[in-house]
Amino acid sequence: MKYLLFCCHEEKKLDSMSKSECDALMNETWAYCEKLKKSGHLIVAEPLEPIQMAVTVRARNGNVSVTDGPFAETKEQIGGFFLINAIDLNEAIQVASKFPSVRLGTMEVRPVAEPERPGAKTEPCQDV
Amino acid sequence: MSERPTKPVREVVEEVYRTESRRVLATLIRLLGDFDAAEEALHEAFAVAVEQWTRDGIPANPRAWLVSTGRFKAIDRMRRRSRFDASLAELATQMESSIDDAQENTDESIDDDRLRLIFTCCHPALSSEAQVAMTLREVCGLTTEEIARSFLSSPPTIAQRIVRAKAKIRKARIPYEVPSETALPDRLDAVLRVIYLVFNEGYSASSGESLTRHDLSAEAIRLGRLLLELLPDAEAMGLLALMLLHDSRRAARISGTGELFLLEDQDRSLWNRDQIAEGGKLVEQAFASRQVGSYTIQAAISGVHSQATHPTETDWVQIVSLYDLLMQASPSPIVELNRAVAVAMRDGPLAGLNLIDSVLRRGELSNYHLAHAARADFCRRLGQTAEAEAAYERALGLTQQKPERRFLEQRLAGLQDHS
Amino acid sequence: MKYLLLVHHNEDAFGKMSETARKKILEESVQLTHQLHTKRQYLSASPLHPASTAVIVRVREGKPFVTDGPFMETREQLAGYFLIDAKDLDEAISIAVRVPGARIGTVEIRPLIEISGLPTG
Repeated sequence: MKYLLFCCHEEKKLDSMSKSECDALMNETWAYCEKLKKSGHLIVAEPLEPIQMAVTVRARNGNVSVTDGPFAETKEQIGGFFLINAIDLNEAIQVASKFPSVRLGTMEVRPVAEPERPGAKTEPCQDV
Repeated sequence: MSERPTKPVREVVEEVYRTESRRVLATLIRLLGDFDAAEEALHEAFAVAVEQWTRDGIPANPRAWLVSTGRFKAIDRMRRRSRFDASLAELATQMESSIDDAQENTDESIDDDRLRLIFTCCHPALSSEAQVAMTLREVCGLTTEEIARSFLSSPPTIAQRIVRAKAKIRKARIPYEVPSETALPDRLDAVLRVIYLVFNEGYSASSGESLTRHDLSAEAIRLGRLLLELLPDAEAMGLLALMLLHDSRRAARISGTGELFLLEDQDRSLWNRDQIAEGGKLVEQAFASRQVGSYTIQAAISGVHSQATHPTETDWVQIVSLYDLLMQASPSPIVELNRAVAVAMRDGPLAGLNLIDSVLRRGELSNYHLAHAARADFCRRLGQTAEAEAAYERALGLTQQKPERRFLEQRLAGLQDHS
Repeated sequence: MKYLLLVHHNEDAFGKMSETARKKILEESVQLTHQLHTKRQYLSASPLHPASTAVIVRVREGKPFVTDGPFMETREQLAGYFLIDAKDLDEAISIAVRVPGARIGTVEIRPLIEISGLPTG
């Protein structure tokens, strides 16, 4: 079963951290990702540019609107995401709770609905 | 080599800076792929020009000279920095190997660069404020301080807006391109909106003591001309016409003491005939293209007013029919309000009052001071003094602009004198 | 350059659509992934189970707290995502426009931070 983990935090909090604190957090995250990759849990790990870089697209009756910024103003913002394999929700929660960023913000765990998909890129890790 | 050998080189460089620096910048951004690197390169190129042109004379094609000098300077700087960052070395080599292409910078490709710059600055992924700041700084060459002064903002606020916009262009990878044919109409709308926003900020400042800031309007008209030159589009024509026709009344619109004169009270001999003639011609051309959009129709309406030497000679029948057209092209409560005023002039205040009341009943304009000001005027003309008084009070409560407030207060006082 | 397209729509409104209409939207999305795949623009995509299935995890002072989600209470909810590879933002926008969710909801485009040396490639 696949789960999408959204890493949410207040960007302001990250901005107020020193560079060495930030680097330490990142390094800790990548080390944990490495471990998850080896255990066959991790499929995708991607950090996102801050919310100022977001663009929102809507299409209504053939009219396309492109606007700057995120689709909604929220206290915390999605700063990155992880696609993981887990046996069940409990295991997904366990995996989520060990990400260093959950000490600062939150991790939203969303079960993925499985449609047919092209390519092998999203197939579960070969080294499971 | 110089055409004017008597002029000191420094003056020539300054003149070239005024006429060419935006073109050179637009091309450098394409060649270097980065706004900040291009700006740095531009300034270095001009610094070298002062030295080298004094020594060797002014080159035959200063623009091409500046582009290639700026580019070499940028590559040089990258090489120096590559001692600390290996990835830059590769980039520098890449840029150098494509240097021959740079020699093929024809006038046409430079025009394309200017269009690229305009479309990038007005990209919908940037906020409207950022679009305006970027356009004024990068396309028009205004300084951060000048932009801040024009928008009654602080230089750090504007500077931060520009830094963020550039970061977004870089990180979200907003392309330095003229949009594809399918995306062009929407993207051109965004550019026209930015230009009109700049014009309006200059023409009817949204706050503050002075009602107009001429520099911004002049800048917007310059931008409108540039866009039309680069991209002959009917709505770009319409927008330029609209700005010229509005601007033609500048001298008559404000009294020496800063009071606002309505169209009907203006001294029409003060109107700028050259601007009216040019605007009128552009409207005709735009209508002839058969792709009539809202800027063109608004310009046509303004043009009808310009033709009347006295308010009583205004062709209200034609104006109402143009508003009908505008309601089809871009319906909005504001257009409806303006149409109501025109109908009142054609058919009398009662007809106008009925139309305005139906707009106000929908609640869309209930916080718009001009809707209440227009309603007040209709009531006044119908002799409904109490209603008029209430509407003027309401309008006063909704605007902060000092000259507009003074105007409304005078009308209110006049009402009370008569009653 | 990689972009994440976050597809949001109003789950209530979506739930009220007919079964065939919902199925059509899903099929259209799947088709889009195949089109993107042939142009090498596809990396990953998936619909998500409704927001009511979301779980929020946070750790404070070493203690995990698990609550039901979603974290963001918004009019529209995150319903799926597309991870794409596009030349630039305009190409990403032109893909976002083709996501059926753009017609019934909102597609948010988030550029990914490009860093090398990540454990997954």
